[in-house]
Amino acid sequence: MKLKNKIYKILGTFVLVIFMGACDTEDEQRVVNFTQLVVADEFSTDGAPNNNIWGFDIGTGENGWGNNELQYYTDRTSNVKVENGVLVITAQRENFEGSAFTSARLLTKDRFEQRYGRFEARIRLPFGQGMWPAFWMLGADIDENPWPAAGEIDIMEYRGQNPTVLIGSVHGPGYSGGNAISKEYVLENDRFDTGFHVFGIEWGPEAVNFYVDDVLYNQITREDVTGEWVFDKPFFMLMNLAVGGTFVGSPNEETIFPQSMLVDYVRVYENTNEN
Amino acid sequence: MKNKKYINLRFIVLLSLGIIFSSCERGFSDDVEFAEFPSNGDVFLDAFSAGLDYFPFVDAGADPEAFSVETEEVFEGDAAMRFDVPSFGNGFVGATFNTTARRNLSGFDALTFYAKASQAASVDAVGFGISGETGNQFQVTLNGLQVSTRWQKYVIPIPDASKLIAETGLFWLAEGASFEGDEGGYTLFFDEIRFEKLGTIAQPSPAIFEGTNAVENTFTGSTLAVSGLTQTFNLDSGINQTVTVAPSYFDFTSSDTDVAIVNERGEISVIGEGTAQISAILANVAASGGLEINSGGGLQAAPTPTLPQANVNSIFSDAYVNATESNFTPGFGGSTTEVTTTSANGDAVLSYVNNNFTGIIFDTTVDGSARTFLHVDVFAQEANVEVELQIRDVGANQTIESDNNGFPIADDVDFRFTLNNLTVGEWTSFNIPLSGDITNQKNNLGALILVGGPNFLLDNIYFFSE
Repeated sequence: MKLKNKIYKILGTFVLVIFMGACDTEDEQRVVNFTQLVVADEFSTDGAPNNNIWGFDIGTGENGWGNNELQYYTDRTSNVKVENGVLVITAQRENFEGSAFTSARLLTKDRFEQRYGRFEARIRLPFGQGMWPAFWMLGADIDENPWPAAGEIDIMEYRGQNPTVLIGSVHGPGYSGGNAISKEYVLENDRFDTGFHVFGIEWGPEAVNFYVDDVLYNQITREDVTGEWVFDKPFFMLMNLAVGGTFVGSPNEETIFPQSMLVDYVRVYENTNEN
Repeated sequence: MKNKKYINLRFIVLLSLGIIFSSCERGFSDDVEFAEFPSNGDVFLDAFSAGLDYFPFVDAGADPEAFSVETEEVFEGDAAMRFDVPSFGNGFVGATFNTTARRNLSGFDALTFYAKASQAASVDAVGFGISGETGNQFQVTLNGLQVSTRWQKYVIPIPDASKLIAETGLFWLAEGASFEGDEGGYTLFFDEIRFEKLGTIAQPSPAIFEGTNAVENTFTGSTLAVSGLTQTFNLDSGINQTVTVAPSYFDFTSSDTDVAIVNERGEISVIGEGTAQISAILANVAASGGLEINSGGGLQAAPTPTLPQANVNSIFSDAYVNATESNFTPGFGGSTTEVTTTSANGDAVLSYVNNNFTGIIFDTTVDGSARTFLHVDVFAQEANVEVELQIRDVGANQTIESDNNGFPIADDVDFRFTLNNLTVGEWTSFNIPLSGDITNQKNNLGALILVGGPNFLLDNIYFFSE
């Protein structure tokens, strides 16, 4: 766990800097250490994803899952499977149930939901115009408390046409969609589609810290959000590979299909004192 | 892998020397390292980098005065490269910038630079790897570079940097007005030209034959070339950047080396009967596209002519002395034709590939007044080959004169005849009467125009009388 220590070291430095720069918020500047592994999927068994952790969204949702996305989500092996130690989510160009593309979206809703913690996944992303993979979270009360009030944390979003750019965001009431609290991180001298990278958050009562590999690139605190802080309740995880939609634009003739998002692991930790 | 082989070879050579030296009881130390050329990636930042020099393509018509060092319009620092692109008809910008001392560029993945122009323009060709010494073995070209009036960074990816261990050609360009109305009379600026390790050059997608799978029916003894060689990388900007690359970046494979072999220059030699598939890889990535070669074995010779020399004015035949030398590759504008001379069982024949239109232009006209026929032997390797042959008399002024549709005008006349109903895999002989418009004007026969085909062989082309 060398990597973890390194992150904490960087986290420590980051917090120290904040501390020196904003003395009046001293009591909020805490390092939240989540060391207790709660759930992990290492994707070591070939076949369908572990049913105890993952369910599926099927179809096109409402208006392309609210984003004019072009794909039809299925749970077919051609769109989602575990193979050779990784979860493979594959976007296909095929006519299916009235859509021009198919793909998959996995979620832990009603299976695994947690308030606070460290959520991370090691992922290799696809590339090309119109590819929109994401590793993200939604408030578990979304059925009673519709988006954006339920809250959303985007641990990783990425546009295939910007293969070096990661986007991490939070959405809530008054700060959703195009007004989300968001930050881009540009990978230097490397890309997200040529190797695996660790995408994670450390989420505590006061803040959400966003990191990639050993780089902490953003911290969003209660003061940063321009509406109600809705991140003090359980959330569930989602992983998907969308095609097209408002955020990313449609694929073009150069976009390669099929293409996959590979997930080496998903791990969730907690700190018994905080959770 | 090529590189490794090379080192191994050198090692073996040294090792054999070592055996001679072994009487001295000395071995190699573990840290024997072979000398490498400097890995300096700078080309032109604010001045010519170490050993760099300017070599304009003067022989090709480039204006050597077009280049200068600019100190006002710079992106960074205090100097940039400036090229004044001449207006149409006044030459072009064309030059390579090479070093006297070789460079090891294997640690980089792209040539990068900033460029702008006094007006928006599409620069014909920019790249690296021009080297007279190696025959441009590792040349890379980006065609149609779009520049605007503001500085912008450009990336020319290296197809396979491991090949670039002893390079001299660091930067080249060619740009000019190729027709009236094409952009010209403007100024191009380049700055901060250097090789870089970006780390974001990814998703290689090499191609040969433009990524298509072609079939060629041919025969033993013929030679073909691998064409349409490109490498495409996805850049961090999301752009899929394609560059034209020299054959030596690829490793070519023939599925049957008893039928065809390919050298590192992409030249295919058909050496036996059968079928062979030509494919390629570039830096361990399989190239899209390929060529299936169907060799029918040795090409039979055309029937040997029997007429005496005195009855003949020959244009092309091993059986006769030529009446005139001819230009078999006139390079008509818009012509796609490849003409080569090949051997049919020891007999020279003309091979036409991908012909839309071309001609055989006689160096001196032939007086056919006493002749009644044109003889030609035609060989087709595929069905439905049809070639229109136009026998042209160029008249007293000895000049080919045609309208925009290729019909003779002024004092020219011609007679047109279609070579068809060919038997695939055999020579078909034609004796074409000198009739029609040339019946009474055949004393200045100046050309044979060939339209269509597109693939065929010709032999024994001669005017004769019985």
